[in-house]
Amino acid sequence: MGGLIQNASTFGPAIDLMFMVVLVMTSVAFVLVEGLLIYFLIRYRARPGQRAVYVHGSRRLELAWTVGTAFALLSLALYQRPTWAEVKQTLPDESTALVIGLSADQFDWDATYPGADGRLDTADDLVAPPNLLYVPVDRPVIVRLQSKDVLHSFFVPQFRLKQDAVPGITIRVWFQATETGEFEIACAELCGLGHYRMRGLVIVESSEAFEARLAELRPK
Amino acid sequence: MTTHTGTATHVTHDHPAAEKSFIQKYVFSIDHKVIGKQFLFSSLFFFVFGGLLAMLIRTQLAWPWQEIPGVGQFVYGNSGNILAPEAYPALVTMHGTIMIFFFIIPILSGAFGNFLIPLMIGAKDMAFPRLNLLSYWFMVPAFFIMLAGFFVEGGTAAAGWTSYVPLSALPDMVPGSGAGQTLWIVSLTLVGTSSLMGAINYITTVVMLRAKGMHMFRLPMTIWALFITAILVLMATPVLTSALILLFLDRTVGTHFFLPSGGGQVILWQHLFWFYSHPAVYIMILPAMGMASDIISCFARKPLFGYKPMVFSIMAIAGLGFIVWGHHMFQSGMNPVLGTVFMTSTMMIALPSAIKTFNWLATLWGGQLRLTAPMLNALAFVSTFVIGGLSGVFAAATPVDIFIHDTYWIVGHIHYVLFGGSLFGVFAAVQYWFPKMFGRMMSDRWGKVHFVLTFVAFNLVFFPMFILGAYGMPRRIADYTSYNFLAPLQSLNQFMTLSAYVLALSQLVLFGNFFYSLFRGQKAADNPWQANSLEWATSSPPPEHNFHAEPVVYHGPYEYSSPEVAEDWLPQNHALDGAGLKKTPTPAAATGAAAD
Repeated sequence: MGGLIQNASTFGPAIDLMFMVVLVMTSVAFVLVEGLLIYFLIRYRARPGQRAVYVHGSRRLELAWTVGTAFALLSLALYQRPTWAEVKQTLPDESTALVIGLSADQFDWDATYPGADGRLDTADDLVAPPNLLYVPVDRPVIVRLQSKDVLHSFFVPQFRLKQDAVPGITIRVWFQATETGEFEIACAELCGLGHYRMRGLVIVESSEAFEARLAELRPK
Repeated sequence: MTTHTGTATHVTHDHPAAEKSFIQKYVFSIDHKVIGKQFLFSSLFFFVFGGLLAMLIRTQLAWPWQEIPGVGQFVYGNSGNILAPEAYPALVTMHGTIMIFFFIIPILSGAFGNFLIPLMIGAKDMAFPRLNLLSYWFMVPAFFIMLAGFFVEGGTAAAGWTSYVPLSALPDMVPGSGAGQTLWIVSLTLVGTSSLMGAINYITTVVMLRAKGMHMFRLPMTIWALFITAILVLMATPVLTSALILLFLDRTVGTHFFLPSGGGQVILWQHLFWFYSHPAVYIMILPAMGMASDIISCFARKPLFGYKPMVFSIMAIAGLGFIVWGHHMFQSGMNPVLGTVFMTSTMMIALPSAIKTFNWLATLWGGQLRLTAPMLNALAFVSTFVIGGLSGVFAAATPVDIFIHDTYWIVGHIHYVLFGGSLFGVFAAVQYWFPKMFGRMMSDRWGKVHFVLTFVAFNLVFFPMFILGAYGMPRRIADYTSYNFLAPLQSLNQFMTLSAYVLALSQLVLFGNFFYSLFRGQKAADNPWQANSLEWATSSPPPEHNFHAEPVVYHGPYEYSSPEVAEDWLPQNHALDGAGLKKTPTPAAATGAAAD
């Protein structure tokens, strides 16, 4: 997050940048406010024979800090719109992306792949071993996320990806991995006594290795 | 019934009533001061209980599945002296539920609301004293029903204090979703009813029973805050109650409001729950904000800076608080367009809180600060609330929320606003109004010891949560150590747990001070803090009907260090000349004509 943990997806950098922008803005506010607080605590301690300033307010100051803060917040609101839209409101072209089914239940992740007919939810679908999600690197992937029982949440920290899995709804989530490797999945919505051990792995490989995986999953 | 009887002074005779029995005086009392203290003591009990649950949570996070010497046998005897996996979600559920519904809301609204409102507005009691009695006595069965969950099969509710469906709707999904969840629902329905009774009483009392001269814009911030909080309670609580009833029906009679198998909508629960629970967080902070304003002004010996902006900011927070609930649901699967809508309203609500912070700072500027224990705690409220609020900006930024939602970033955020904010506010309020409530002073020295220990330990426990969240550590996970991306965080978690033990032990100083002072504290004068609001214009503690003569109010409560007054304070019921005490004007006094 903001560089703290590895990023391995295409929209990760935009999210990390957003984090840094907010961090800079809030740090400035933090230093200003806490600094003034500490300074005032020391500077204005009661001293015998002195009297406090009898002032009830200042219209000018109120206007200044209201407008200033509103401007900062509005800028932040506008700035973050495109990233949200890119991640949650758009999907890659389904005809070229890899479409995978991912079903969450107590307490594992079950991935399915289109079989020879090229479509999901048909009889020839390929089923991956539990808690493993194979994807090719550098290719857009659309996950059709479902839940069989209670709420779960598909969280892949190194992709900066999170989406609740909701019983009764199929939700499309997309990502494009930029590096090969193994990236952990953690469930991010309390789902019962096994919530803590609902760990999975996204295994990102080259296209050739990925195709070989699918071949292995096909019935002989 | 009105108190505006026309004459400047109106003497009420305290008829020597028939001697009341112990039960009438202390158990089933209709006196708002007694009811306020009842709320105070039961809230403090649940503070301790909820805190102990937190210690169990922290212990598991530091040393997962290890037997706790001594304690393990007592607490986890049924599962081989160690925490069972199904017990961890139950712990976090009950910690949150108890702290929110049985500690923070009752102590702020129930204890301080009850005790202070009639006194600060110059009234004899609440508008509906018997309804007031009922509001406490609806809490008592709620206490027992909630605690009964620890003794039923399957244990307490374990679906989070947020009780998301289907986990909470289907008894088979986690053991606590059996009888425990039902008890949880019933208990909270009683709590909600109690709150509604209180809200009706507080609103009516503030509107109808203010003393002569106590115009709305002469009310102390404590009263404005409690008044607006009561409006929030009135409008939001019924939605939670309705949601609880629908959940109860889904669980017991086969309806499908929330269950997709019968055409129900899972996300509907979240909308209904958060429609109440977001205003609820303002119910938990606004009274503390009001009290902090009064305490800071008093101990800075300065008028509150920007009184009207402060009042309007509280109204803005309350109003906007009804249109931000979806920010808890950005990743829920609701339409992403709503994400943008709720992001916008959430960014807006940061504005009035920022305005309040600047006004608190400006109140300190040019003051003559008396750093008593209540003042230090009120300042801690401001400083930690700022951190809590700023950390919320990250979550409001929807792309960042994709990562930090349901991680420890959020746990850090909520504890900075709830512990840092509300709880330091409670510490300030308890020590400030203790003399008025009990007629004795608490030890200011031990109050400062408690403050330093608590402030340091609090930050050591909760600030690292932002680091944990930035690493992606999810909430409500009993054991994170088998995740490669989280295993390195164990030593930080252990440090936080040790700090939490220090934090818990530090509260013994406050409790020791509180209970010792109850019996042996120095007797308190009417107005030990030289404050201006009406509760200080009567004895400590007040007589049965609060004031020997109905007060008349001449100005607002923030006339500290007025150049026309010799002392640096001027009670609301003292005029500058004419009726009341005449004060000698000070020549060539303080600078700065008031520019309001």
